[in-house]
Amino acid sequence: MPKDGGIGASSKRREDVRFLTGVGNYTDDINIHGQAYVFFLRSDMAHGTINSVDTSAAAGMPGVVQIFTGADFEAVGSIPCGWQVTDKHGEVMQEPRHPVLAHGKVRHVGEPIAAVVAETLEQARDAAEAIELDISELPAVVDMKEALKDGAAKVHDDLNNNLCYDWGFVEENKAATDAAFEAAAHVTTLELVNNRLVANPMEPRVAVGEYARGTDEHTLYTTSQNPHVIRLLMGAFVLGIPEHKLRVVAPDVGGGFGTKIFHYQEEAFCTFAAKACNRPVKWTSSRSEAFVSDAHGRDHVTKIELALDGDNNFTALRTETYANMGAYLSTFAPSVPTWLHGTLMAGNYKTPLIYVNVKAVFTNTVPVDAYRGAGRPEATFQLERVVDKAARELGVDPVALRRQNFITEFPYATPVAVEYDTGDYHATMDKLESMIDRDGFAARRAESEKNGKLRGLGVNCYIEACGIAPSNLVGQLGARAGLYESATVRVNATGGLVVMTGSHSHGQGHETSFAQVVAEMIGIDENMVEIVHGDTSKVPMGMGTYGSRSLAVGGSAMVRATEKIINKAKKIASHLLEASEGDIELKDGAFSVAGTDKSVAWGDVTLAAYVPHNYPLEDIEPGLEETAFYDPSNFTYPSGAYACEVEVDPETGKVTIERFAAADDFGNIVNPMIVTGQVHGGLAQGIGQALLENCSYDENGQLLSASYMDYAMPRADDLPMFDVDHSCQTPCTHNPLGVKGCGEAGAIGSPPSVVNAVVDALQSAGKDVTHIDMPLSPDRVWAAMQ
Amino acid sequence: MTQVNMTVNGKAASGDVEGRTLLSSFLRDQLKLTGTHVGCDTSQCGACVVHVDGVAVKSCTMLAAEADGADVATIEGQANPDGSLNVIQQAFQDHHGLQCGFCTPGMVMSTAALLKGNPKPSEAEVRAYLEGNICRCTGYHNIVKAIMAASGQDVGAIAAE
Ligand code: FES
Ligand code: FES
Repeated sequence: MPKDGGIGASSKRREDVRFLTGVGNYTDDINIHGQAYVFFLRSDMAHGTINSVDTSAAAGMPGVVQIFTGADFEAVGSIPCGWQVTDKHGEVMQEPRHPVLAHGKVRHVGEPIAAVVAETLEQARDAAEAIELDISELPAVVDMKEALKDGAAKVHDDLNNNLCYDWGFVEENKAATDAAFEAAAHVTTLELVNNRLVANPMEPRVAVGEYARGTDEHTLYTTSQNPHVIRLLMGAFVLGIPEHKLRVVAPDVGGGFGTKIFHYQEEAFCTFAAKACNRPVKWTSSRSEAFVSDAHGRDHVTKIELALDGDNNFTALRTETYANMGAYLSTFAPSVPTWLHGTLMAGNYKTPLIYVNVKAVFTNTVPVDAYRGAGRPEATFQLERVVDKAARELGVDPVALRRQNFITEFPYATPVAVEYDTGDYHATMDKLESMIDRDGFAARRAESEKNGKLRGLGVNCYIEACGIAPSNLVGQLGARAGLYESATVRVNATGGLVVMTGSHSHGQGHETSFAQVVAEMIGIDENMVEIVHGDTSKVPMGMGTYGSRSLAVGGSAMVRATEKIINKAKKIASHLLEASEGDIELKDGAFSVAGTDKSVAWGDVTLAAYVPHNYPLEDIEPGLEETAFYDPSNFTYPSGAYACEVEVDPETGKVTIERFAAADDFGNIVNPMIVTGQVHGGLAQGIGQALLENCSYDENGQLLSASYMDYAMPRADDLPMFDVDHSCQTPCTHNPLGVKGCGEAGAIGSPPSVVNAVVDALQSAGKDVTHIDMPLSPDRVWAAMQ
Repeated sequence: MTQVNMTVNGKAASGDVEGRTLLSSFLRDQLKLTGTHVGCDTSQCGACVVHVDGVAVKSCTMLAAEADGADVATIEGQANPDGSLNVIQQAFQDHHGLQCGFCTPGMVMSTAALLKGNPKPSEAEVRAYLEGNICRCTGYHNIVKAIMAASGQDVGAIAAE
């Protein structure tokens, strides 16, 4: 029986009503009296020396308030990077300065060179056209391997070369791994590209800066997944504004997918310019600007090798990856190909020896950073592709080969530094096999063939690491931030609650699901719980939402704070009921004395806390408000098994997804409807990567896919209905809700099954095709078949 | 600057616009009807769909001046007179057809236009019709389901909660 409220119920989302009636409050909906508009003049060159930026003619144009160039930001800090990776020799990564506006050189198409603040956006744009740029073009480096060659143009003249770091993991395993390859009965090798993507949340980025001269307070409204992080990075490292003078608000945010984690120049600019111009300053990105200024995702080139013994057991895994950083280090860029990628290389398998090498490279392209999954899709893709290729080379069933090598005992310490707490990979594979009617596949293939089509079935597994933590460990790994979360629960006198959470909702439905948890704990109606997020002036502290961490980390902080509330409320209740505290039970919103019919309602206790007439004032303070910070002791490890069935038109190479099934283990689930929706969205993005999406540059660093005309977003008729199941549940053992995180799974788990399916289809027609790089566009598939 | 007059959600609305002012800007910036969203600059995403004289239009591709004298409907005018969600809006909530909500106004307005012309669309027809509306969050599954439910069709057989 589905529940009608609390944990486990598919409660309808309360936030939907405002979104469905057009009264949401997105950043671009905010207009402050007297605001001026910014237009950024961006580089159309990938690499060049700035000789001069002449703004004299533009400054006299109608409506111009002020024009800024790189020189205005010389005394301002660099846009900071939040993660410092140490390379295989123990040296820290090369870290270039990242100016708010380009100074001295431009390093990628889209880099802002000047900013015009004017009365209207049109006037700002007109004036920007009158700015005279004198830039000498330099050779651009775009290809990563070329960028590392001696004599390659340097993206940053003050660095030694274009190598950000050369990371080995685990360096101590290298010799033993190499030896295992020497001894292997079979080695499967695969070279592949994990294609560069643009996250493309439908809401483009927006920043509105405001400054109150009377109180010296700055406010930034911004499209962010983590306003407190922006407050810290921008305040402390760029503009030198203390937290108590800087408020950052991220109201309704129209999707993030990682790209709204990072601190961007435009945010710092609008905050700075609001003070300099003494009026609110607003910037709204156009979609065209988004393509050249939002951090991109993925862009890895990898060689992976899998060693097997004579019984088809995996004995070792070795990878070499080139990871594109773009022209500057975006906020969490260095962590993505390293700690979010190398630690996942064991996947679902008990491979005893693993060595991962990653070379991170600067190029004259837009910075690359986390995009839905961040490192984990790259790990999963190469691993699940090489396992599939091995099965085909050995002539064994791909599912059987996976099952044979599954980790089955937990906790399990991998050779790549993480310990999986729980999981049951056979269970999700069993579930998947029951969903996909594998026995009927031959008949479906025959049917397709009758219609002149090829049909393929691809299966893969994935393991994910969510809720990256604990803070002291990630600090050792180079994180320049803590990765806890905070929550404050404020109970009002009449019994309603406000939860101020550091998690941020930009589509995930926290306002609904978080309320379900608190309501269940107290036994009250969900509508008595209000969730507040996204404003540093309301929420004490927050690390934000990314890495599928909200419920596992933010939700845990909320549970801890609510437990403190309940403990204090029990003390009050014991006083009111004249019973000992140990005998007080809370059930269905009432406190009772165990074994008696004496009880007092939740609302009477909360009222007593604020009108403390009959109250143990000598023991406890009035009021009912508690804060908790939760720092997890480990990651969580969702896992699953996915299957994709495709049809390929041999005449055109066009791939159609016929069926897609996902069996996930997310541990306990609060709102199944929301979880299913998260999986659907992730699947669409993963299938988009596999079939459609590609961010491509020409050799001069010009972005070829700079609009929705050239960058193929998945549309409704590109996708099927999905078959999604999350009934396999091995609860996380170390957080209070037993939850694991579901936001990224779909995007992580789906690309390999699509490619595996297409390879299966082509091989069924006798084609000697072992791999095609994503996206599997008709021309690529057709070419592979020839 | 020229003056434009139109009816928006049943009420008279007017304002001074430049020749280049788009209907989407006029609605958002002058009338403060910020429910109509702008997600692209190449007329691809459909976040900006409104109805002009009963026809679904991407308001980012129409000049405000072209809508002079027209009857315009936006997302803000879609709820029932008592403020409750209309059938389409309710179906989107019931079937979790939205996540971040940014594409949603355009989806709802497109759905209304679709169902006017095709009261019982098939799944394939719904997907084909949505060609001009991009959603990055939902994977479309629940949007398609919501639209079919809004048209009175039984969606119980479609997988998932
Ligand atoms: S904003 Fe109109 S189609 Fe994208
Ligand atoms: S709900 Fe976010 S874009 Fe559709």
